[in-house]
Amino acid sequence: MTVFIIRRLMQAAVVVFLMSLIVFFGVNVIGDPVDMLVNPEADQAEIERTIKALGLDQPIHIQYLHFLGGISEGDFGRSFIRGEPALKLIIQHMPATIELALVSLVISIALGIPLGLFAGIYPDNPISRAIMAGSILGFSLPTFWVGLMMIMLFAVWLGWLPSTGRGDTAVFLGIRSSLWTLDGLSHLFMPALNLALTNISLVIRLVRAGVREAMLQDYIKFARAKGLSANRVIGVHLLKNIMIPVVTVLGLEFGNLLAFSVVTETIFAWPGMGKLLIDSLLQLDRPVVVAYLMIIVLIFVVINLIVDIAYSLLDPRVRLKDQGT
Amino acid sequence: MLDRKKLMSALAATTLLASPVLAEDLTIGLSSEPTAMDPHFHNLGPNNAMSRHIFDRLINQNEKQQLNPGLAVSWGPIDDLTWEFKLREGVTFHDGSAFDADDIVCSFERAPNVPNSPSSFATYTKGKEVVKVDAFTVHIKTATPYPLMANDVSTIPIVSSETGCDATTEAFNNGPATVGTGPYKFVSYTPGDSIVLTANADYWGGAPAWDNVTFKPIKSGPARVAALLAGDVDMIEGVPTTDIETLKNNPDVALSQGVSNRVIYLHLDHDRADSPFVKANGGGAIENPLMDLRVRKAISMAIYRDAIVDRVMEGVAIKAGQLLPEGFFGVSDKLQPMDYDPAAAKALLAEAGVPDGFELTIHGPNDRYINDAKIAEAIGQMLTSIGIKTQVETMPRSVYFKRASRGGPNDTPEFSFILVGWGAGSGEASSPLKSLIATHTPDKGWGASNRGRYSNPKVDALITEALATVDDAKREALLAQATEIAIEDAAIIPLHYQVNTWATRTGLSYAARTDEYTLAFGVKKN
Repeated sequence: MTVFIIRRLMQAAVVVFLMSLIVFFGVNVIGDPVDMLVNPEADQAEIERTIKALGLDQPIHIQYLHFLGGISEGDFGRSFIRGEPALKLIIQHMPATIELALVSLVISIALGIPLGLFAGIYPDNPISRAIMAGSILGFSLPTFWVGLMMIMLFAVWLGWLPSTGRGDTAVFLGIRSSLWTLDGLSHLFMPALNLALTNISLVIRLVRAGVREAMLQDYIKFARAKGLSANRVIGVHLLKNIMIPVVTVLGLEFGNLLAFSVVTETIFAWPGMGKLLIDSLLQLDRPVVVAYLMIIVLIFVVINLIVDIAYSLLDPRVRLKDQGT
Repeated sequence: MLDRKKLMSALAATTLLASPVLAEDLTIGLSSEPTAMDPHFHNLGPNNAMSRHIFDRLINQNEKQQLNPGLAVSWGPIDDLTWEFKLREGVTFHDGSAFDADDIVCSFERAPNVPNSPSSFATYTKGKEVVKVDAFTVHIKTATPYPLMANDVSTIPIVSSETGCDATTEAFNNGPATVGTGPYKFVSYTPGDSIVLTANADYWGGAPAWDNVTFKPIKSGPARVAALLAGDVDMIEGVPTTDIETLKNNPDVALSQGVSNRVIYLHLDHDRADSPFVKANGGGAIENPLMDLRVRKAISMAIYRDAIVDRVMEGVAIKAGQLLPEGFFGVSDKLQPMDYDPAAAKALLAEAGVPDGFELTIHGPNDRYINDAKIAEAIGQMLTSIGIKTQVETMPRSVYFKRASRGGPNDTPEFSFILVGWGAGSGEASSPLKSLIATHTPDKGWGASNRGRYSNPKVDALITEALATVDDAKREALLAQATEIAIEDAAIIPLHYQVNTWATRTGLSYAARTDEYTLAFGVKKN
């Protein structure tokens, strides 16, 4: 397994390098950050000064070499707009996104698995039909619209939850998070649910399909024939066997939640990484965009590794080898 | 509204019953967030608005951008090349240290020289030498007579010589250096989340009305409106035009509106006989008809400004006939918005030798000005109806401005006919004249945004004379005269002035500002 992990990390390094090429040159062909940064009243001399100060007067391959040189020293470049190291900005925005993604993942599992099981075990029940219809809505309604509707309903009309922003934070177990305060949780609920909607639907459909298939298999019949209780058949034998696709998908989705919860974070003014990315993209803050995407590549690599390890724990037949991962 | 906020304040009221005065707090939803707490780091609207709370200027611009005493009680030229500023005595910084001339000298040194600054204050400080005469007098010297001294000086935030002048931007963002003389003190800055300020009870202009002010950046327009309706914020800026009608009819919300210093206008190619986006009917080459004054006039006449204001802008704009709305320094009282007259426009086109029109592309941004893409579309239709077949192409500003300014060969403007806006930061007419109308001359810093490359020696001479005339009345007349010549020559075609809208909960009102700043001390209880 150690060899497997080391090899995986080496592959990751190659991916990250290729990514840096694509992202750096890709971002540099779009527009010109200078016009986004300088005061419109600035004269030509001031515009020249800004171009120099940002290093944009250098040819692009020299800029790229500077960038690579910086990375070897752990420096991902400085934000054009804030003048601070890009990495620092990203790390500053990370806790907010991690807590949002975690809560959203928990909601997806807590709602998706039971609903999917129910729909799979009692496929003809009207409630099951309602669940499946609901899951189609969860897939097809655009997140930004659902987010705005939730704000209208829960914040404006009912007044139960705050409309936007992150709540108070507190320190618990050495971690500063808004998960530890009531105010924080009340701010967290709507964006997390909004972010979870597609994943809930996804989990429902995966679990239902898995259940429908597994129910017909011999080991379930044997378990029944052996006289095991329905709870044990479903909770142990069935669930364990349908979890592999769910874990794969949720692992990938968790990466997505971390990296690209852009829409939800914008609607709910959530001070996370997704909002940082979209703001940086719109303002052409190239160093932040590049650093961000590089870090996201790393996160995806790590998550996929964890997913592979989780497989081997769920299914002893899966051995960690290079192929097929 | 089943009001969580009311419940909370009721709770707060019972718990705070013992204290004599209830704290008055204000929460404001911002559409764009400052990029730093360092007042000299980034010379841009949101940053300058935020720094106004914490740092005074020598001269403060009021909501109409007129100049009021700030840290200077009086000022004026004592000879052609020297301005004298008498400083306010007895003012202290938030940390208790005294304010004097040293703070002015070092602030003017720091302002243009902040490392990594994406847009510095050098535009306002260059060519000026700041000299301390005594503890409460400074002289600012220039090499040539400089009438805009007071306007320039009103943009420079004054930091403390003890804590601020040698501090890094990081020290400002974290707080230790964010010490000014302004009405509010810095409490905390969490990028993307909130900026918290608290009242400076010892403010020289009297203690401010709000005890604690929280700014929350909420970029999405609908979410900002929802936050106001939910009672999470007391006030928002940048109300989307589509929501204005609904909010007007909502008894819980009050709107504050005011015209801005921003004119939306069309710039045309005055310079190239073979202009890239002007074609004969059918796509062949044509000698650029935009160089003919009659064609430019025809275009202006073909634009139905009332329709743009009423339909596209939903009433929140004022049709424009020159560079700045009335009331600003240097505005001409002779210029009126061009009347809509498609028949006369067609006649002018015929007179200019293009009776059947020609083909044209209008380029504009789609995320910079209020409803910018829709305005461009409306103009495309209006021009097509008089025979100038106009295609509309809009793009994000991150791409647009570079191409519009220097996307062509040799850094020339790429487009032929563009939609742009201009906000006069100095609050007087020399700002647009110098940047948009004056001949493009990089050495002098003139015509930096003259994307039509208009050039008229008569106008240039008037601007030169105005910028060397210290006498206000004479300068105002010269600026007005330069504007008249430029507009009659259709150097640019003004469309409308933007009107900005702030929304507050009922019971509050905001003194709408022409510079589009959102300032907590402009919010009043009715």
